Amino acid sequence: MTRWRPPLALAAAWLALLALLALTVTLAYQPLGTFNAVVALGIGTVKAAIVAAVFMELRHRGPRTFLFAGAGLFWLGILLWLGMMDFLTRT
Amino acid sequence: MNEDNYLNAGYSLRSWFFTTDHKRIAILYFASLIFFFFVGGAAATAIRIELATPQADLVSSDTYNRLFTMHGIIMVWFFLIPSIPNTLGNFIVPLMIGARDLAFPRVNLLSWYLFMLGGGVTLFAILAGGVDTGWTFYTPFSTLYSNSYVAVAVTGVFIAGFSSILTGLNFIVTIHRLRAPGLTWYRLPLFLWSLYATSVILVLATPVLAMTLVLIAVERLLGIGIFDPKIGGDPLLFQHLFWFYSHPAVYIMILPGMGVINELVSCFSRKPVFGYKFVAWASLAIAAVGFLVWGHHMFVSGQSLLASLVFSFMSFMVAVPSAIKVFNWTATLHKGSIRFDAPMLYALGFIGLFTVGGLTGLFLACLAFDVHATDTYFVVAHFHYIMVGGMVTAYFGGLHYWWPKITGRLYSEYWARTAAVLIFFGFNLTFFPQFILGAEGMPRRYHVYPPEFQVWNVLSSGGAVILAVAYLMPMFYFGYSLFFGKRAPANPWNAPGLEWQTPSPPPEHNFDTQPVVTRPPYQYSPDFEAEPQNA
Amino acid sequence: MPEVFASQFVSIQHRDETAELGMWVFIATEVLLFGALILGYFVYRHAYPAGFAAASRHTEIVIGTANTAILLTSSFLVACAVEAFSGETRKLCVALLAGAILLGLAFIVLKGIEYSGEYREHLVPGINFSFDPADANGAQLFFVFYFVATAIHAMHMLVGIGLLAVLAMLTYRAPDSRHRAALHSTALYWHFVDVVWIFLFALIYLPGRSS
Repeated sequence: MTRWRPPLALAAAWLALLALLALTVTLAYQPLGTFNAVVALGIGTVKAAIVAAVFMELRHRGPRTFLFAGAGLFWLGILLWLGMMDFLTRT
Repeated sequence: MNEDNYLNAGYSLRSWFFTTDHKRIAILYFASLIFFFFVGGAAATAIRIELATPQADLVSSDTYNRLFTMHGIIMVWFFLIPSIPNTLGNFIVPLMIGARDLAFPRVNLLSWYLFMLGGGVTLFAILAGGVDTGWTFYTPFSTLYSNSYVAVAVTGVFIAGFSSILTGLNFIVTIHRLRAPGLTWYRLPLFLWSLYATSVILVLATPVLAMTLVLIAVERLLGIGIFDPKIGGDPLLFQHLFWFYSHPAVYIMILPGMGVINELVSCFSRKPVFGYKFVAWASLAIAAVGFLVWGHHMFVSGQSLLASLVFSFMSFMVAVPSAIKVFNWTATLHKGSIRFDAPMLYALGFIGLFTVGGLTGLFLACLAFDVHATDTYFVVAHFHYIMVGGMVTAYFGGLHYWWPKITGRLYSEYWARTAAVLIFFGFNLTFFPQFILGAEGMPRRYHVYPPEFQVWNVLSSGGAVILAVAYLMPMFYFGYSLFFGKRAPANPWNAPGLEWQTPSPPPEHNFDTQPVVTRPPYQYSPDFEAEPQNA
Repeated sequence: MPEVFASQFVSIQHRDETAELGMWVFIATEVLLFGALILGYFVYRHAYPAGFAAASRHTEIVIGTANTAILLTSSFLVACAVEAFSGETRKLCVALLAGAILLGLAFIVLKGIEYSGEYREHLVPGINFSFDPADANGAQLFFVFYFVATAIHAMHMLVGIGLLAVLAMLTYRAPDSRHRAALHSTALYWHFVDVVWIFLFALIYLPGRSS
């Protein structure tokens, strides 16, 4: 069997993900007030982006795949934004 | 039939129930849908008989609740949503794009089996005693207080939802990847743009319904409060989740019809559809903006005023692309060489009835008017004008148009035109009085009403009798044509379009050689003669 | 022997690219499926911030963090397996897939341990749920979403484990381009399930830790 090495990009992505995991857990214990939520979701988004771009190979794909990948997220945004709008603006 | 075609390529049950041929799957769906149309229609018949008198004489209030629930569930999920996409769409899409089949034929068959399984489970709920919550399953009644087969019914709908999702997935991928050489996006017939837009809704809205149904079942079966006010839950969360799907769902129940109308109006005016790009993008706009209006079902439910204002405004916006389409169809008719064949009668009926339905939607989008009209017969009339006057009419129009292609037989034009006119007349007599009833305050989902409303109710029920007869007529002349009708040529309407370039009925593999497209669609002219596009 | 492909496609590449596009459409549907739960979560978190924070503090952050690391690593292994899918490194590919499967199973086991712990602590709504009365409503709603979301996620994991197992077996025998495409699509699905967990982790285990 040939000496097979994991591609550098995959290994780097994996290590970055573990590092971000450690970071997000650490920051969760810091008193940042409302920023705790922002930080947690922000780091989560970065992790998700790394998985999507590197593991799911989106960085090698063309605009059509981007469109398909983004559509779900965009529509989720509509659901969350217009959905929360009611609850956030009740008197 | 002498030549080999998809109908005589195997007669065994196995060759039909294990088929992956999109044309046979379309026929399987067609047969199932006729069955479900009768089930939903039976409920409607009972409803209209009851409503002919102000008192409760046919059924109790509890039974009445179960009847309108059954009518809604069956007609929405087991008739209208699959109607054009899974019958005409399944059959015509690969032919129209010059492909041998859809992208995922086995997924297509799975779709049908899921549909049948979901239908079976739902029928079980109905036969076991039914559901009394309305097709909208509002909480906390559906989850905490209803003594009916809610969990079974939502399971049936949940399963059918996956059938929808897989169909939409198949169409999207097919239209992207399997177009014939030369068939660019702007050369696609508009039927395909409409089905593409429908598929986007199918794929993105239905999963939210699926999860909402799961939550109903969890709350009901496990006794866990999710929407329960007693533990701080908010019933409005259910309504947001439900309508996030169910409003776009009504666009699933009109966009395919609009798609068919494009084909009919152009063919029977002998003109290309006016403003092709506007109509194409209007289809996508309806799908997209249709996701932004769902709160208009909740104006009086306790939603915040700001949310109501936003949803009201967006509901006005969503009318714009629909109106653009109506203007473009009208412009297509202008100076066209009009033929009043049965499909055209349906198309013209559609344009009129859809316009009425759409305009009354704008009435309801007004907050002030909606406060009075919500949950009255005004709403019932509005959506029946669009779903029945619009979508069902377009479905019948498309069936007549493509019947020769699908079956290889010609139907009787005389009886078809008679039925079309009778449908138009019966429909208006049934549903126009309901606008008046609603404006005068008759609530929906009530089986008793004050005596002063009886006149309109009797007119409506009388119209329903005519409509029922008119809907039954095609069964007879279509059925007759299957055995005794004249054999259809490949192109009985002399229309351009790849589906007409192959025999009627098509061979199993659709095309002998890969068609190549070199022209835009709808290349009609006064002396148009269809010619093979790959010659 | 040249490979056969279905007649609606013009080449193997055409078929495989179409399959990948189909998987992305499917992933979009899954985003909306979990999205419905996310809306419910945010609605109730907005209504009961203290209850949600208190409830979140009762989740097992050690298990949650370990499970996150496990899933991220399993995604790494699956991504490597896709790269290693070829004639010479066939056995390595199978080993990588086996590793991912084992990690997936470890996730499920840890989840089971977590669930039984929550059961013992009376944190399962509908089964003797008990919580500090001041936050009980919010906490109960939090745990409803916790159990529904993680259970549905776990079901998706089990499906993914099953698919990976089937692919591992097919790759072990005699893989061809159809299996490469299937592995590619399954990998996309697996990574997506990982992404869902990344967000569930941030919403379930991390809130309220700083107080």
